[in-house]
Amino acid sequence: MHPAFSVIFFTTSSGAGYGLLALMGLFGAAGQLPQDRWFGLTGLFIALGLVSAGLLASMLHLGRPERAWRAMSQWRSSWLAREGVLALATYVPAGIFAIGWVFLENTSGLFALMGVLSTVMALLTVIATSMIYRSLKTIHQWNNCWTLPGYVTLSLMTGALLLSALLMVFGEQVRAVHGLVPVAIVVAWIVKYVYWRFIDTTQSLATPNSAIGVDGASVKPLDPPHSTENYLLKEMGFQVARKHATKLRLISIATLFVLPLVLSLIAYMGVGGMIALIAAVLAVMLAGLGILAERWLFFAEARHAVNLYYGAESV
Amino acid sequence: MTVDPKPATADIHDPHAKADKVDFSPSLGDEVKYTTCYMCACRCGIRVYMKDGKVRYIQGNKNHPINKGVLCAKGSSGIMQHYSPARLSKPLKRVGPRGSGEFEEIEWDEAMDIATKRLKKIRETDPSKLAFFTGRDQSQATTGWWSSMFGTPNYAAHGGFCSVNMAAAGLYSIGGAFWEFGEPDWGLTKYFMMFGMAEDHDSNPIKIGLGKLKKRGAKFVSVNPIRTGYSAIADEWVGIRPGTDGLFVMALMHELLKAGKIDQQYIVRYTNAPWLVIQDEGASDHGMFARDDEGDPLVWSTKDEALKPSTDITTTPALKGEYTLADGRTAVPSFQLVAERYLDEQYAPDAVAETCGLKADDIRRIAAELAHVAFEEEIELDIKWVDWAGRRQDKMIGRPVSFHAMRGISAHSNGFHTCRAIHVLQMFLGSVEVPGGFRIKAPFPKPIPPTNKPTGKVDHVKPGTHLPGMALGFPTEPADLLLKDDGSAVRIDKAYTWEHPLASHGLMHMVIHNAWKGDPYKIDTLMLFMANMSWNSSMNTSKVIEMLTDKDEDGEYKIPNIIYSDAYYSEMVPYADLILPDTTYLERFDCISLLDRPISSPHSAADAIRYPIVEPDRDVRGFQGVLLDLGARLGLPGMVNDDGSAKYPGGYPDYIANHERQPGVGLLAGWRLQDEDGDHMDCRGPANPNQLEKYLENESFWHHEFLPEHTYYKMANKGYLEWAHELGCVVTKTQIVFHMYSEILQSFKLAGEGHGEHQPPEEHRERIATYFDPLPIWYQPLEETLTDLDEYPLHALTQRPMHMYHSWGSQNAWLRQITNQNRMYIARKLGREKDIKDDDWIWITSPHGRIKAQVKLMDGVNANTVWTWNAIGKRAGAWNLDKDAPEAKKGFLLNHLISELLPARGDGYRYSNSDPVTGQAAWFDLRVKIEKCNADEVEESWPQFEPTAKPPHMVDAPDILRYGEEFKPGKKAKNAKDAKNGGSK
Amino acid sequence: MTSLPQSTNKRLGLVIDLDTCVGCHACATNCKEWNTGGHMAPLTDQNPYGKDPDGVWFNRVHSFEVDRGDGPGVTINFPRSCMHCDNAACVTVCPTGASYKRAEDGIVLVNTDKCIGCKLCSWACPYGAREFDEDEGVMKKCTLCIDRIYNETLDIEDRQPACVLTCPVGARHYGDFNDPNSNVSKLVAERAGRPLMPELGYNPTNRYLPPRARRVDAENIGAQSRLDPVSPRKGFLSWVDNALSR
Ligand SMILES: Nc1nc2c(c(=O)[nH]1)N[C@H]1C(S)=C(S)[C@@H](COP(=O)(O)OP(=O)(O)OC[C@H]3O[C@@H](n4cnc5c(=O)[nH]c(N)nc54)[C@H](O)[C@@H]3O)O[C@H]1N2
Ligand SMILES: Nc1nc2c(c(=O)[nH]1)N[C@H]1C(S)=C(S)[C@@H](COP(=O)(O)OP(=O)(O)OC[C@H]3O[C@@H](n4cnc5c(=O)[nH]c(N)nc54)[C@H](O)[C@@H]3O)O[C@H]1N2
Ligand code: SF4
Ligand code: SF4
Ligand code: SF4
Ligand code: SF4
Ligand code: SF4
Ligand SMILES: [Mo]
Repeated sequence: MHPAFSVIFFTTSSGAGYGLLALMGLFGAAGQLPQDRWFGLTGLFIALGLVSAGLLASMLHLGRPERAWRAMSQWRSSWLAREGVLALATYVPAGIFAIGWVFLENTSGLFALMGVLSTVMALLTVIATSMIYRSLKTIHQWNNCWTLPGYVTLSLMTGALLLSALLMVFGEQVRAVHGLVPVAIVVAWIVKYVYWRFIDTTQSLATPNSAIGVDGASVKPLDPPHSTENYLLKEMGFQVARKHATKLRLISIATLFVLPLVLSLIAYMGVGGMIALIAAVLAVMLAGLGILAERWLFFAEARHAVNLYYGAESV
Repeated sequence: MTVDPKPATADIHDPHAKADKVDFSPSLGDEVKYTTCYMCACRCGIRVYMKDGKVRYIQGNKNHPINKGVLCAKGSSGIMQHYSPARLSKPLKRVGPRGSGEFEEIEWDEAMDIATKRLKKIRETDPSKLAFFTGRDQSQATTGWWSSMFGTPNYAAHGGFCSVNMAAAGLYSIGGAFWEFGEPDWGLTKYFMMFGMAEDHDSNPIKIGLGKLKKRGAKFVSVNPIRTGYSAIADEWVGIRPGTDGLFVMALMHELLKAGKIDQQYIVRYTNAPWLVIQDEGASDHGMFARDDEGDPLVWSTKDEALKPSTDITTTPALKGEYTLADGRTAVPSFQLVAERYLDEQYAPDAVAETCGLKADDIRRIAAELAHVAFEEEIELDIKWVDWAGRRQDKMIGRPVSFHAMRGISAHSNGFHTCRAIHVLQMFLGSVEVPGGFRIKAPFPKPIPPTNKPTGKVDHVKPGTHLPGMALGFPTEPADLLLKDDGSAVRIDKAYTWEHPLASHGLMHMVIHNAWKGDPYKIDTLMLFMANMSWNSSMNTSKVIEMLTDKDEDGEYKIPNIIYSDAYYSEMVPYADLILPDTTYLERFDCISLLDRPISSPHSAADAIRYPIVEPDRDVRGFQGVLLDLGARLGLPGMVNDDGSAKYPGGYPDYIANHERQPGVGLLAGWRLQDEDGDHMDCRGPANPNQLEKYLENESFWHHEFLPEHTYYKMANKGYLEWAHELGCVVTKTQIVFHMYSEILQSFKLAGEGHGEHQPPEEHRERIATYFDPLPIWYQPLEETLTDLDEYPLHALTQRPMHMYHSWGSQNAWLRQITNQNRMYIARKLGREKDIKDDDWIWITSPHGRIKAQVKLMDGVNANTVWTWNAIGKRAGAWNLDKDAPEAKKGFLLNHLISELLPARGDGYRYSNSDPVTGQAAWFDLRVKIEKCNADEVEESWPQFEPTAKPPHMVDAPDILRYGEEFKPGKKAKNAKDAKNGGSK
Repeated sequence: MTSLPQSTNKRLGLVIDLDTCVGCHACATNCKEWNTGGHMAPLTDQNPYGKDPDGVWFNRVHSFEVDRGDGPGVTINFPRSCMHCDNAACVTVCPTGASYKRAEDGIVLVNTDKCIGCKLCSWACPYGAREFDEDEGVMKKCTLCIDRIYNETLDIEDRQPACVLTCPVGARHYGDFNDPNSNVSKLVAERAGRPLMPELGYNPTNRYLPPRARRVDAENIGAQSRLDPVSPRKGFLSWVDNALSR
């Protein structure tokens, strides 16, 4: 699949934003986070900012952005619509939660409830995003049980990295949060590792033979319908060379998992110090790069069934 | 099938359907007009829906005899051709150097003045200084007549570079031909063998026919080095080595002869197999038929034990044996010679298999299958009929094997004989003009050959005088050749000389070369119509471009004046001095005449017209009308009245309706006037002033269905022959006897051997004696015999893409999306050997030149063959395409590799690259080698040419095309996205 | 909601005969011609005369080479258009309701007034039948010629999809798959018509008739595999009967 920047940015940015929101909602409701309005403001601004930026970016992807409002009507059948509805709905508890925190410096009671609700909604939104991909039977690399956990764990992981760094910037120490980071990284890594193993070792049941309804040893394309590239090929025909993909995976593993893990352990151990702060911020930045690479690969390595008509031997 | 045509959506709860408010019954517009397609030469009937003055939709006319409602990919894209941005819009006069594309727009009056002045001078001095050659022209009845009235012998249409081998071999053997002159009996045939066809002129009828065949489960065998298109759906693909079909066919004949599987009754009745051939080695009539005093060929009647005239229907003619003639010499039935020749072991499957690249067992099997279907699955139609001699026949017996062949046979220098071999094979099987066999389309079969001889003998070509007949015709003996007293050619293309005696369509591929060289003489004006001669219709394109711009010592162009009529900005336009812009096919009258190439079928005669269904929005004129105007200005006979005024002031439609070729015979056969007794058939009679209206009422065509008893055995069918005679297609009502043995060829052979009054000069003797064999022969294609085959091991071919017509499809916004770059297709195995992969760039080199192209590997191709789609490569700047269009940057022309001359023979002489009998251009004899490009070579085709300049006032081609937006039912422009909408530029 | 109808009144669709398709592209261009002025008008073309021409087509014709292992390989021409699936995920993924499947006849359509151009439906279609019009920013697709098949301004026999009417070899058939007696149902039954990529569970309506086994053996048509020569001792022309009447 064509790795469109708008979609990569949308999923990663909103993923991190929802992750951060979910964690703030949960830990905030649990009273684990500083009640300070500036912390609340900054944290929720970043969370909702990332979410909103992501959602806006996703609109750039639309052919008719001015009609985007229509995208929510089919929530009963469409995961994209559900995602839209959930994304919008999440602003409500998150907004109330933010009012409590920023204006009243209160994250308990009703506001705690709103915090938990924000967490739930944020996670549901991420789940809905992942389901957009997960549900496409046309793309074996997405249509599997590792897509959803991948999105959720990465969302939480990037959210945790952000939250941990933010706490450090504010000079706060919340061991549970700082400790969660390496755990989240390891879990996300495992999920991603399994995902990659899965897509490396399995392929869609659809074959060039089933695509054209003719049995036989081999199906080789002779002439395509049109000499120059068409929409299908531009959108769905993207191919990343194996060598290239492997390299990108290594970069992604290094910047998304290995280095942030090391840095987060350093941060955890040196919590309160300058080194920890630097480590935590660096981890965020590296993970930012890493998640873009990861998401780029998520699209680039996805092989749509239509490619069977254009010479793919498997998808 | 039509499903219950009314939707019941209203009764069904379907909120989305409700919300969408689909308009189920949008109107197609105000008018439906019927005319004839011209996206190719197949001439299908079309129904054109017009909405608000624009073409909404073109559909096949279901009542039309050719296409019965279907339309091909080209026909369906007619809208884009009609609105092409490459259309010319006004007469152009060259102002820059030739080839620069620098023109000035001029008025028609000025254009006609320029042309008239120049042509007048030519006609008054030496009419042969005008060479008039037409390409995809479908009005040869008019263009040929015009040039004959002008008085020049230098007229031809594209047939010589197209498929004259098929026409000539057919017309000299069965009085009809493959090509578009006949077709398999699609409805009844049970075994169909197709040789070397990718598309043919009968595009839709062949497809309709193949569809029928597949439905019935008849076996379809395709003999073709390449397995695409038609061959893809064949039951059996015979991937033969190019140029060897003749041998393959002779091996089939060998097998049939050996097993006695010959339709003896058929060959005795309908062919000259029993005619006695004089056996008197060295005599001037050796190999000619023994004739009686009336000139009737003799047969040996076994019943009478006597020599009898072949027309005597009471005889029992012998097919073998040696008989003594009255003068004491011996003669044998020609069949004996046939049998002796092909029973020879050199034609045994085992002997030919390797050369043909086939398995001997397959050849034997195919022979057995042919015999099985022809003789064991014979069909009988319960149709009574009367033969030419008045004998009543109870039934029509059919041998349901059929053959068809086209350029895979004809475009080789051995194509004439190969095609004749196929015809002889058909005669063996008794399958011409019989139910289930190959059938000939009216107005054919004609006498063998047709009776018009070429004109343009020295005393025919005189200043200010017209020719006594049409320039092109059919020689029957050496005396018919067109030679000057010094033995040099009368015609600029050297047709009807000892180099190509039966060049009955001329040699268009030699015109530019000869005119440039001044060999046999210099001409003044080359007038071309609808032929892209500086590109895809020439061999040796790069050099031809040079010839067109080459100047002599005085700084004059070697071809002094070029007048050209095209409708579009083709590659040829920049090389002309005066451009007479034509209309598109939807804007003009045209006449698809029975006097020209038939659109009839085997069971009916038909002709058609085109008429303007859209008024041109440019200052362009239909070329036929322009020709008549030019003729009137020149005062050409037939085009002016006695007082010098124009005879057809109403232009071309006036001419179509009122011109008579012979009394009662005009261009159109339908709705002619009946005389008082009304005893004319409807196709002959005085001109009818309302004729064109009648055509319009009848959807622009006329169609005369023969009675069932006249639809088969037309060469010997009394009723049919009477009809054809009345129409003037045949001279006598006696049987047309097929020429299994060609005495005409023998007469040339004898000349080559030193007999007769007209003999070839020494240097051509052997060639004539060799290639004018009265029976089909096979020889290696000429170019191959003069080429180092180890160096150039591969055959290189082109095929027609079904969705493109030569060069002119590429300006079509829809069609060019399908193919805008051609690849060189090579066998996967060859790729492996040479380490060439898909998309690699390779050099392809022939003894003549080299080109660069991108590769596509495939399985279904003869291992020794490479090929590409024809005429996809374009010159940058032409056709109003972007100069970086893939057609120019990546597409390529194979033509650069093909030489119009053969390599020099021993004495240095170079014949044209043609069939030695007919002059047919031998496009497919090409041999090449390939090598992979170095990694650092640019990924574009080679050669590349300077982009040509755009002529004045040519529109800018749009970046976005939204054709049809305005037709959108109910939702006019509602969807236009204003933000992005730059509007069509 | 854009759920799919439980069942549809009719199941209209196409049968495409891969045994006879010669790959002529007539169906593709005629479809383009009809539809560029039809319900989904226009079928916009980008750079129509330029370097990378690209346009909206509802029907595209491929060719393939297949080694079937049952004899020589075959070349297959393969037209591809919307299958009007029963389980049309292109519809269920659509967030706006622009995509829908008609309960009446099973035709899958896009309401271009509603479409936001999110392209998700094209991702959900395994057959590549969705065509994005970049110029308009909306998705378009084969309508099964909804503006022909019910068009009362046309003759009854013309109320068929443009691609079907134009196909010169008659390789395309149109009808109601819900009706066991329709031509399409019969063809599918007779010739083992196949759905494409059944594994993905879309249950496409259109069916493809696979190429028949190629008949290259003499016995397929009841012939011998070689002719028996006349005994050479009698002379090869001994079969020539000398009493043939003229
Ligand atoms: N390598 C290779 N070369 C070949 C062949 C091959 O098989 N291989 N085939 C050969 C054969 S058989 C043929 S017939 C030739 C064909 O070659 P051409 O006869 O040159 O055919 P086109 O390329 O179609 O060019 C015809 C010209 O007619 C113009 N034209 C189109 N419509 C109209 C119209 O309505 N009015 C006028 N006045 N002009 C119009 C076009 O713009 C174009 O310039 O090519 C030959 N060349
Ligand atoms: N769509 C479309 N239709 C056209 C045209 C067009 O340009 N486009 N052009 C028209 C014109 S002018 C013409 S002349 C006709 C030509 O119609 P065709 O004769 O069908 O023309 P080609 O495409 O040249 O096909 C020649 C075929 O012969 C095969 N072949 C080559 N050499 C040999 C050989 O030695 N033996 C055998 N058995 N096969 C061989 C090639 O592989 C190819 O398939 O088509 C007409 N119809
Ligand atoms: S075959 Fe196609 S292009 Fe040729 S006349 Fe018929 S419809 Fe037109
Ligand atoms: S073929 Fe594709 S677009 Fe058509 S109904 Fe099926 S999934 Fe939808
Ligand atoms: S592109 Fe249009 S039709 Fe397709 S899913 Fe999006 S809104 Fe629906
Ligand atoms: S049914 Fe109509 S819209 Fe669909 S492919 Fe055929 S012609 Fe095109
Ligand atoms: S029109 Fe018919 S033969 Fe031509 S490509 Fe389409 S389905 Fe095949
Ligand atoms: Mo031709």
